[in-house]
Amino acid sequence: MSHTVVALVQDHPGVLHRVVSLFRRRGYNIESLTVGRCELEGISRMTVVVDADVEQVTKQLNRLVEVLKVQDVTRDRTVERETVLVKMQAPAHNRAGLIALTTSHGARTVDVGLASLVVELTESPEKIDAFLDLLRPLGIKEMIRSGRMAMAQADGSGD
Amino acid sequence: MSDLRTGAQIMCEALVRESVSVMFGVPGGAIMPFYHAMYEYRDRLHHVLCRHEQGAGHAAEGYARSTGRAGVCVATSGPGATNLVTPIADAWMDSTPLIAITGQVSSVVLGKDAFQETDITGITVPITKHNYLVKRAEDLPVVFREAFHLATTGRPGPVLIDVTKDAQQAKTVPNWDVAVRLPGYRPTYRGNVRQIRAAAELLAAAERPLIMAGNGVIQSGASAELLALAERTGIPVITTLHGLGAFPQDHPLSIGMPGMHGWVHVNRAIQECDVLLNVGGRFDDRVTGNAASFAPHAKIIHVDIDPSEIGKNVRVAIPIVGDAARVLRALLDVMPCRWAATWLGHIRDMQAKYQRRHKELNRPHTDALMPHDVYAALNHALKVRGPSRVVTDVGQHQMWAAQLLDWHRPRSHITSGGAGTMGFAVPAALGVAMAHPDETVWVIVGDGGFQMTNQELATIVQEGCRNIKIAVINNGYLGMVRQWQELFEGRRYSGTLLSGPDFAELAAAYGVLGLRVERPDEVAAAIDRAWDHDACAVIDFRVEREVNVFPIVPAGKSLSDMLVEAER
Repeated sequence: MSHTVVALVQDHPGVLHRVVSLFRRRGYNIESLTVGRCELEGISRMTVVVDADVEQVTKQLNRLVEVLKVQDVTRDRTVERETVLVKMQAPAHNRAGLIALTTSHGARTVDVGLASLVVELTESPEKIDAFLDLLRPLGIKEMIRSGRMAMAQADGSGD
Repeated sequence: MSDLRTGAQIMCEALVRESVSVMFGVPGGAIMPFYHAMYEYRDRLHHVLCRHEQGAGHAAEGYARSTGRAGVCVATSGPGATNLVTPIADAWMDSTPLIAITGQVSSVVLGKDAFQETDITGITVPITKHNYLVKRAEDLPVVFREAFHLATTGRPGPVLIDVTKDAQQAKTVPNWDVAVRLPGYRPTYRGNVRQIRAAAELLAAAERPLIMAGNGVIQSGASAELLALAERTGIPVITTLHGLGAFPQDHPLSIGMPGMHGWVHVNRAIQECDVLLNVGGRFDDRVTGNAASFAPHAKIIHVDIDPSEIGKNVRVAIPIVGDAARVLRALLDVMPCRWAATWLGHIRDMQAKYQRRHKELNRPHTDALMPHDVYAALNHALKVRGPSRVVTDVGQHQMWAAQLLDWHRPRSHITSGGAGTMGFAVPAALGVAMAHPDETVWVIVGDGGFQMTNQELATIVQEGCRNIKIAVINNGYLGMVRQWQELFEGRRYSGTLLSGPDFAELAAAYGVLGLRVERPDEVAAAIDRAWDHDACAVIDFRVEREVNVFPIVPAGKSLSDMLVEAER
């Protein structure tokens, strides 16, 4: 089962290596990883998704000097979001239909060329999955998912 | 006079401020500015030039393990730094406070495969408590302060400081007033009061309780508290390999060492006990055997300063995160008197049954020199002669030392446990001897391990360490591997037959007294002669070649499945 781990880490060179090394050591493949600045100065927030038992790794993450806080939020009430960028084949004759279809799923068209266009969708990972299933038969040229970001719900038990 | 200092001078000043007086190292290009500055500090910072960086690392470990203070080793970039990897890993596994200082290529060529460049901070991420790459001289005061703080507090461990050559050369006015800012590092020293009370209740109600004392008792200096708890409650005490010396072995409540080569009665007691209080041990697989069948009837109370150790290998009923001495003091405050005399009597009955038999098996009627003859004579000498410490290497001789010598004093038994690093003993003894010049330091080492690092005999001679005496248990094999091959692999002695030089002559070539012993009746005199000799001595004990360490729990088996003797 996939686990989602959220960590607050000091924004130092090498800290990502230290965190990732603990997963690598056990041969765990990281499904997704997002890191970015957060509301605290000098601190980054990390979301790691791993298909493995993370209890021991979570404790060992806590032991890292530059890690301030670690939580396995898998069972918590969280808001989870992911962004996907998809480049679609879009010749002129069916471009309008494609835009209408993707727009109806909440995606935005962020770039349009002669033969292709790029759409963007930010949604829960499950909805992204469904969106990609829909587009696949229509000819995806390039696709990238940002990886999952997780945050405790507005009045949740998080911080 | 200007307040400007080079980075290298700041490094020396920082070491002096951390009360370092000796360090072990080997110079080279990228660390040369540090050595240049060290020359001005030579009256305060004694540098021991080792013959190999691995030796420098183990020497620093020996210094640290025998004193509780951080040991310091120094190497240059590239191969110098990679040669420190084994001692760093060793220190990591055994929670030894170690500071490794390495030179690094200049920051302008960092990452460009410059001469002798190795990414040592990258290499040591999984085997250090923390490490630093320092590219600015201004950062050195706070980095050194943090590094020593990290290495010596909480669960101790190795910290590496990699300093680029230009940072060593740059001049700056050091700011020594910077505070350590480690917001992610807050070790818990005080155990949870509710958990401690629950532990006391569990122990008070137990019928077959045991205390297991590990490295944490020694690291925390908790021997007095452990003794008080044992005497208050009458609970028998087990000492793990790294707990040897934490509790006096001649005490009526001391029952001995558990695990793969522990005594049968100790392992049986573990399998029968109903409450097990483990203080400062990490339930290593060499202690537990098959963890799933370890102490099947026990509720386990685990006291450890590192929360990530709790519940890692065995299920725990009451976890207590904290410093061993503080937790034991708090436990003593709430622990009622109790006495489990029948339980202790039962363990002693098992001991009488198995350990006596074991001793007979160990010393068959033979004229040949048995390893046990050496240990018996050495144990006697250690008891009746002046203060001493023993450093062992890894293998059969190490387990015999743990089994057959009597351990009384914390930090008197120094060995490589978790990493099992052959070649540890001779250089580690150098560090022990320099920290304790008034004590005799006995090295017990196999002929395999001795041949891995005996180049440090030259360092011992150069430093004039008169107090190091080396007993080589020489059986011409990599004995522990050979034993496994004999017992479990149909006697296919693959890659274990080992030749070597004449160790007495080798010693002589280094300017060290070399003795050879081939008969049981020569042992005691040789030990006395080495002890009385006013310089280092090496005794080559040519022992019976195919002797096994018993009892043994075969790898992966339960503690209940001990082999007490070979099935022939």
